[in-house]
Amino acid sequence: MCLAVPGRVVEIAERDGARMAVVDFGGVVKDVCLEYLPDLRVGEYAIVHVGFALQRLDEESARRTLDLFAEIGLLQEEFGDPWEAAAAAVREEQQ
Amino acid sequence: MKYLEDFQNPELAAGLLADIRATVTRPWALMEVCGGQTHTIIRQGIDQLLPEEVELIHGPGCPVCVTPLEVIDRALAIAARPEVIFCSFGDMLRVPGSDRDLFRVRSEGGDVRVVYSPLDALKVARENPHREVVFFGIGFETTAPPNAMAVHQARKQGLRNFSMLVSHVRVPPAIEAIMTSPDCRVQGFLAAGHVCSVMGTGEYPELAERHRVPIVVTGFEPLDILEGIRRTVRQLERGEHTVENAYARAVRPEGNPAARAMLEDVFEVADRAWRGIGVIPRSGWRLSPRYRDHDAEYRFDVTGITTREPAQCRSGEVLQGLLKPDQCEAFGTTCTPRTPLGATMVSSEGACAAYYLYRRLSTPAVPREASPVG
Repeated sequence: MCLAVPGRVVEIAERDGARMAVVDFGGVVKDVCLEYLPDLRVGEYAIVHVGFALQRLDEESARRTLDLFAEIGLLQEEFGDPWEAAAAAVREEQQ
Repeated sequence: MKYLEDFQNPELAAGLLADIRATVTRPWALMEVCGGQTHTIIRQGIDQLLPEEVELIHGPGCPVCVTPLEVIDRALAIAARPEVIFCSFGDMLRVPGSDRDLFRVRSEGGDVRVVYSPLDALKVARENPHREVVFFGIGFETTAPPNAMAVHQARKQGLRNFSMLVSHVRVPPAIEAIMTSPDCRVQGFLAAGHVCSVMGTGEYPELAERHRVPIVVTGFEPLDILEGIRRTVRQLERGEHTVENAYARAVRPEGNPAARAMLEDVFEVADRAWRGIGVIPRSGWRLSPRYRDHDAEYRFDVTGITTREPAQCRSGEVLQGLLKPDQCEAFGTTCTPRTPLGATMVSSEGACAAYYLYRRLSTPAVPREASPVG
């Protein structure tokens, strides 16, 4: 939960009174709040944590981190279905 | 034994390791604060590649792990109420309370929902005006600004049915508590990179000076960690104790000023209990009195729920670096990710889970898992 994932801003729009963006995390796309990095632009990369862009990141380090996260399964952990994981754990316990 | 080939850039890793070996002349104990760093260290076997003089001690930097049992019990009590939709990050689902977890509450009929962002919980509140929507707000300085924004937006949008159960913690007071403990062996810190990307480095020079301890801001990728270790060992060998930023691509000295301003508006610094450790003065945040309308503790009157932690789980010692996970007699026997005694085994960032998943034990007590927790 505390790890943040780099993503690329695809689109920016005002929504529900907040500056929001669509951000691409190596194929997974999420809504992200830009209130803490209001001058972030389309095409730029940022470190995103629980739906908030927290700091700008250069493209090369962003891509390197994303590749590493994909390789070690962290993207699945961050964006996968937690109910499924919890249910699987319970099933194994009961066996 | 792990091999350097497992690194993304083995040549660079070999160079950093050679430099650490050439620098070190005597034993040093360093603490990595962030749970993400602990997982990288164990998964890549970084601790096994280091010269034997350099010991890594795992710190308290897993937000799920340090959330006290009584806060979990309060969350479970609120989540079980019929009028409540309880929203949480996914990694809290299997954290054991006194007699159940959020997953169990849901199977018993509670409306527990997993959200990716606290703003998703606000959306749930907008869509369900006749229900009480409660968000479980835990985490360090990285998670606190998003949660603060959710409370701020709830106020702005007049969402009276949205409240937050807050149990946020701060890193610098934890470092202070570790350094003042009579059992402390830590001689240098790898500070948590993402915490610093929000808070900057301003809180650290005073700590480094007072305890004469080097603090190196470190990322969580394998090469980041080797670089953090290299810089910390170099300072120790030279008798220095300054704050260095080895994660400059994501950390600016001032952090993120907008996020820090929101933290100051919505929260106030408070004493906080850490699971297995006890109360650390000024080590957390609670909602400031101006936002009491959105404080779930008061709205649902759960402040009276107090719980004593069971003695059989030694996670408090693990979180303070006094005990390695595999030195606990329950490790891998009565305590596994499937049947955890404490949060350090169930959390995807917990030190016990990292040891269970990645550590190559010389005589494994149980077959190792192939799939990650979480």
